[in-house]
Amino acid sequence: MSLKNKYDVIVVGAGPGGSMTAKTAAEKGLNVLLIEKRQEIGSPIRCAEGVGEKSFKKFFPVIKDEWISTKMVGVRIYSPDGTLVEMSDNRAVGYILERKIFDRDLACMAADAGADVFTKTRATDIIIKDNFVKGIEGIRLGERFKVEADIVVGADGVESKVGRWAGIDTTLKPKDIESGAEYLISGIPVEDLCEVYLGNDIAPAGYVWAFPKGKNRANVGIGILGSKIGEKRPFDYLNEFVKKKYKNGKIIEVIYGGIPVSRPTKTFENGIMLVGDAARFTDPITGGGITNAMESGIYAGEVAAECIEEEDFSEGGLKKYEKRWRSTIGEENNRSYLLKEFFINLPDGGLNALAHSINKINITELSVKGLMRTLIDKNPWIPAKLAKLFKKK
Amino acid sequence: MISVNRYKCGYCGTCVAVCPAGAIELVEAWIEIDGESCVECNNCVKICPIGALEVSDESKK
Ligand SMILES: Cc1cc2nc3c(=O)[nH]c(=O)nc-3n(C[C@H](O)[C@H](O)[C@H](O)COP(=O)(O)OP(=O)(O)OC[C@H]3O[C@@H](n4cnc5c(N)ncnc54)[C@H](O)[C@@H]3O)c2cc1C
Repeated sequence: MSLKNKYDVIVVGAGPGGSMTAKTAAEKGLNVLLIEKRQEIGSPIRCAEGVGEKSFKKFFPVIKDEWISTKMVGVRIYSPDGTLVEMSDNRAVGYILERKIFDRDLACMAADAGADVFTKTRATDIIIKDNFVKGIEGIRLGERFKVEADIVVGADGVESKVGRWAGIDTTLKPKDIESGAEYLISGIPVEDLCEVYLGNDIAPAGYVWAFPKGKNRANVGIGILGSKIGEKRPFDYLNEFVKKKYKNGKIIEVIYGGIPVSRPTKTFENGIMLVGDAARFTDPITGGGITNAMESGIYAGEVAAECIEEEDFSEGGLKKYEKRWRSTIGEENNRSYLLKEFFINLPDGGLNALAHSINKINITELSVKGLMRTLIDKNPWIPAKLAKLFKKK
Repeated sequence: MISVNRYKCGYCGTCVAVCPAGAIELVEAWIEIDGESCVECNNCVKICPIGALEVSDESKK
């Protein structure tokens, strides 16, 4: 099996975004190359692996058992003074995935649909001809190579370079990225609930999470806003928390990672599109990015097929891509970004007041929207401009 | 010069995302920093979840 000289579409990065792009484009009959620089797809993970059931299910006719570590039935949020806000409706509302298996399976699906897949193969630059991205340069097992394509998709995650090479500034300001650390801890009591801990002493402008992974394990992690990091780092905060809460747990995996909490970048140029974390599509409030990566991957795969059909790879032709994500991912991002701006400036007192106002209520609409609607109802001091975004249409 | 303590580094790429000069590359399981294009903003040093990047003494002089 060797690289061809030319493909219709080259997808850089085999995370959920890239694999979904490659799968979609290959299903549409395109000649697709999917490359991944790591030797193993899906590992090491940079994720807490939580997804909402509804938003995950819509991508697949069947959810395979081996993708799912745990079905979770609710979320518990603890304010700085320990006040509990509970969201549940007594049925599975989300999954904690096993991403090492899921990511790899998704890449296999792209391969099964006809895409060529190569691991330990890294893009090092793009080829530009007459102002159009026309392929990539790369390195595979120590050998340099060039491959041409009509469209290149940058699905290269938080560390994305594809966009930069094409002149799109994807640099994140420290105030627009959470710096994260996480342990997989074993031997601790867990329920099938996701826990979230808030507070400026716990996780400045971020949160600590504990997501269940089976009967006695959990992904316990932290994200702290880049602009709030001082001498004490996310890793130090996490250690403090774990020492207090899970004294007897055994740490069986260490994970680090950055989570964009930004507005999306520009996502297309002549001959190129960006999907997933590369386009900064993570939700600025929850930090969730798996389903947005897949959704944008589907749009990019579809638009690639349409543009190849129409033989128009220009910015103008690819603008369709932005149109598609704007109304879904874009609208949610806008809401969450403004909400993030509100929350990061809230002192602990404000967080406590919010929690007190709703701690007797069980919120059954399990989403940021559901939570915000309940909060807005009880807290007229929440700025009207923000409240407006969460009104039922 | 920025140096990477690779015994601490978890090659997560967070530093790459905040580098305005594109001077950092997450290769496979290691970070490479191109000292020539580095603009010494130290964003990478500040953002690292574990403090694996340091301003090495040379440049402090
Ligand atoms: C600590 C942490 C916790 C998180 N928790 C959650 C959560 O609970 N739920 C959720 O939905 N999201 C979560 N996220 C976010 C989620 O992990 C990402 O949004 C998601 O992985 C994005 O998918 P992607 O395909 O865009 O990028 P990635 O999954 O990062 O995939 C990008 C791929 O591109 C490869 N690549 C990069 N450059 C090149 C190159 N030059 N050549 C070839 N390959 C390249 C990388 O090796 C990587 O495999 C979390 C993130 C972190 C850091």
